[in-house]
Amino acid sequence: MAKMTLEQLRKLREEKKGDMQKRDVEGKSIQIIVGMGTCGIAAGAKQSFDEIVKAIDENKLSGDVIIRQTGCMGLCHVEPTVEVVMPGMPATIYGRVDAATARDIVVKHVVGKTLVENHIYDRPAVDIVKK
Amino acid sequence: MHFAVCDFLLDLVQNSVEAGAANVGIDVVESGGSIEATVEDDGKGMDERELERAKDPFYTDGTKHARRKVGLGLPFLIQATEQAGGDFRISSRKGSGTRVSFGFPVDGVDTPPLGDLPGLFLSAMCFDGDYELVIRRRAPARGVDYEIRRSEILEAAGPLDDASALVAVREFLASHEAL
Repeated sequence: MAKMTLEQLRKLREEKKGDMQKRDVEGKSIQIIVGMGTCGIAAGAKQSFDEIVKAIDENKLSGDVIIRQTGCMGLCHVEPTVEVVMPGMPATIYGRVDAATARDIVVKHVVGKTLVENHIYDRPAVDIVKK
Repeated sequence: MHFAVCDFLLDLVQNSVEAGAANVGIDVVESGGSIEATVEDDGKGMDERELERAKDPFYTDGTKHARRKVGLGLPFLIQATEQAGGDFRISSRKGSGTRVSFGFPVDGVDTPPLGDLPGLFLSAMCFDGDYELVIRRRAPARGVDYEIRRSEILEAAGPLDDASALVAVREFLASHEAL
């Protein structure tokens, strides 16, 4: 693979945009935030982040979703942590998010609008979290 | 503890961004039997006392999480370099920035794997905020030599909170590491 130029990057980006364009205009309503502090990195948050990016791209959701990285969210004991904020679902912080769970969050929470059980560490009230 | 050299570097870049840096430089060089890396920023910096305490795993400045008693980023790196027979240097000036450099012998049994460089550089660009990141990378034995700026990536690919942009930029970064 030869070194890509910035011009090639620009083209690749334009190609990938394609049919997303329309939804981009309406604004993105879903936010996924990955904790990338010392605790997150040590627990493998990079791999979780990569998997989320892949899953969002594969499910053609990038027109709707903003993916962000932040520092420590204060739940160092259950890293990697991922926060999801979207309409129609309670704002949720997931913990112990390995790559497989990261994919579950995209498929079940973002697409299916159901909580990913056993990984919820903050926000929804205790009585709606099934053990 | 972090797994790869890239993890230590991402941690340092996150420190820089959190320290309010407008400019962050990251250098990764593999040559002459060692892996040498530097992260330099113009963030808020530390005075001598803060700098000493930053090396202490049981110290954090307490501004972010009030009852927290640990700050493990730098101590992890110091421990890893010490046990692998590498070296670690840090200098800082209050109000003007911080520079962290470290090296690992490339064939040391306790040297961490280098890790996923394209992934590191991508994540290093993805923190919130308006900062410039300059990546300088050299591995002469493999013919790798490049410099990439966050601003030029943003200009070409748009905001990096978009999955399809992230996929494209990762491909761009990976192409620079390929033979």
